[in-house]
Amino acid sequence: MATLSLRTIRKVLGANAILKGIDLDVQSGEFVVLVGPSGCGKSTLLRTIAGLETPDEGSIKLDDRDVTRAEPRERDIAMVFQSYALYPHLTVRDNLAFGLRLRGESEATVKSRVEEVSQMLGLGALLDRLPKDMSGGQRQRVAMGRAIARRPKLFLFDEPLSNLDAALRNQVRVEIKKLHASLGATMIYVTHDQVEAMTLADQLVVLNSGKVEQKGPPLEVYARPASRFVAGFLGSPSMNFTDAVVSDDSTSAVAEGLRAPIDRQRFGAIERGRKVVVGIRPHDVTVRKGESSAHGYRDGATPTEITVAVDVVEAMGFEAYAHGPVGGAPFVARVEGAADALPRRGDRLALSVEPAHVHLFDPETGRSLAGAP
Amino acid sequence: MNTTRKGPFWLEPLSHFVLIVAVAFALYPVLWVISLALDGVQRPVARAIPWPESPSLDNFRAILFARGGGGEWLFVRQLTNSIVISAATALTAIAIATPAAYALARFPDFVGAKGGTKALLATQMFPGVASAVPLYMLLDKLRLLDTRSGLVLVYATTAVPFAIFQLRGAFETIPKDLEEAAMVDGATRFQAFVKVVLPAARPALAVTALFAFMSAWNEFILAATFLSRESAFTLPVALQRHVGEYDAAWGKFAAGSIIVSVPVMALFYALQKNLVGGLTSGGVKG
Repeated sequence: MATLSLRTIRKVLGANAILKGIDLDVQSGEFVVLVGPSGCGKSTLLRTIAGLETPDEGSIKLDDRDVTRAEPRERDIAMVFQSYALYPHLTVRDNLAFGLRLRGESEATVKSRVEEVSQMLGLGALLDRLPKDMSGGQRQRVAMGRAIARRPKLFLFDEPLSNLDAALRNQVRVEIKKLHASLGATMIYVTHDQVEAMTLADQLVVLNSGKVEQKGPPLEVYARPASRFVAGFLGSPSMNFTDAVVSDDSTSAVAEGLRAPIDRQRFGAIERGRKVVVGIRPHDVTVRKGESSAHGYRDGATPTEITVAVDVVEAMGFEAYAHGPVGGAPFVARVEGAADALPRRGDRLALSVEPAHVHLFDPETGRSLAGAP
Repeated sequence: MNTTRKGPFWLEPLSHFVLIVAVAFALYPVLWVISLALDGVQRPVARAIPWPESPSLDNFRAILFARGGGGEWLFVRQLTNSIVISAATALTAIAIATPAAYALARFPDFVGAKGGTKALLATQMFPGVASAVPLYMLLDKLRLLDTRSGLVLVYATTAVPFAIFQLRGAFETIPKDLEEAAMVDGATRFQAFVKVVLPAARPALAVTALFAFMSAWNEFILAATFLSRESAFTLPVALQRHVGEYDAAWGKFAAGSIIVSVPVMALFYALQKNLVGGLTSGGVKG
């Protein structure tokens, strides 16, 4: 277990600034997930922590030891690669033992560690196989085993599940979570998959074009996104954004088909007439059935908060997503109900939303207009 | 036995017939050489079916047990020359080309990498014989004419660049992740190279070594230029001496050809698994 602290890490590759001053503190035993779209610098950051890249600026401290210029082998870090990177000419047993032998552990220690890890991950039957004779899931397990066998200070995972099929991914994700709980190790995990990010992280770090956009516990980041980017990146389908103007009484943000109530406690007094971007998650709206038209949805007579003229409905079985324009921007609403009660193309949906679920962003900077919590 | 057949009954015999004809066509010259080698006569007689008229092993005996002027056993001497020179060429090529190719594959931007690669490519453009005269003069100055090391040196000048190209391609196909994993696991770059990259490149190394060995084994013109003592000859040079200006001992020549081919065929056979692996894994390009 170890603590890690990064200070103003900058990295330029060719003409591109990949990391633009990253600060990050990881506590001992914490599971930190770095998440962001492709090209945001998350893998480069991980490689920099591993020592496979050297930062142009900034410092990396592992347990208060400055390792900024240290070779990867001097850092006592283990890394699980996206490609698994198993040594193709070695059996599973020798793959697991590779790092231990390099570090001069006695054969007795090597044997007992390999035994221990193979038991932990159920690799017993595979020990004498070569990587080419195993499935993707098995290889992934060996790659994790190789990291665990070393008992490193810090574990790094570089999108370890992205080569697995969906069912296996869910299974291994849960296993990684269990592993973290049982080892109590400090782990840093890179992914672009928000489900992995949300479910695994103690601390979520959202990266965007080489900068930390927001960090915090995942549910907090989800509920209180600090920027339009974070709000749009987390959640599926992603948050709806509509350009709006603050009403004369400053109680709501208004656009065509939209009157979103403003939570005064969170956003304080916002001047009337101010342009804002309203963010509402598809899951945070409620259908006001009595006011919606057709198929049980009657055309609304009383003013509703959001009105959507439905042009597409995606039925998922357990829920459905109704698409339509609001305030000139596309809007998606999650609708629950039996298949025959779902809205159809041409219907008008009347939706309401709680003030707590309305997010406001600055149209220029994209930052949230909420005051510091 | 229950085999499923597709098509009419005559298809299988027909396809066998066609294949036999094709094989016979390909092997006909080889059969001629074998028949000539096993025949007592030295002049080839035009016959439709290559079959020795008076079968004997005299030609093989003449080649295998020829004695030199000093009474030394020439064949063994020349075979040793060929083996030592070819093996040394292959080893030199691999030893020099492996680190060079790795550097070019992994650090393609170091100073001189691009120019160096072009220069290496340029050496492949000229036939070896084009440099025969200057090489002769160099070897003469270095007192390396008529020596094994002289010939190894000459062969290495073409084998090394070729091997660099072969191996660079092979190293480029080995994922960087493997070395990085080894380095995170506790290896230095050199250890990662030796313990992970080289084993992964083994098929390509085998193929490259075999090519270097074979090109040295079969090379004739330069060897004939730089070697003048019979005991210094390699097998191809020795072989050629049986076909002189006024007299051609074709029978001995044929027997010699077979003897020269056997080691290469044996090597091919021994390495065929690697060859196929090497060919499909980008070990051989062009």
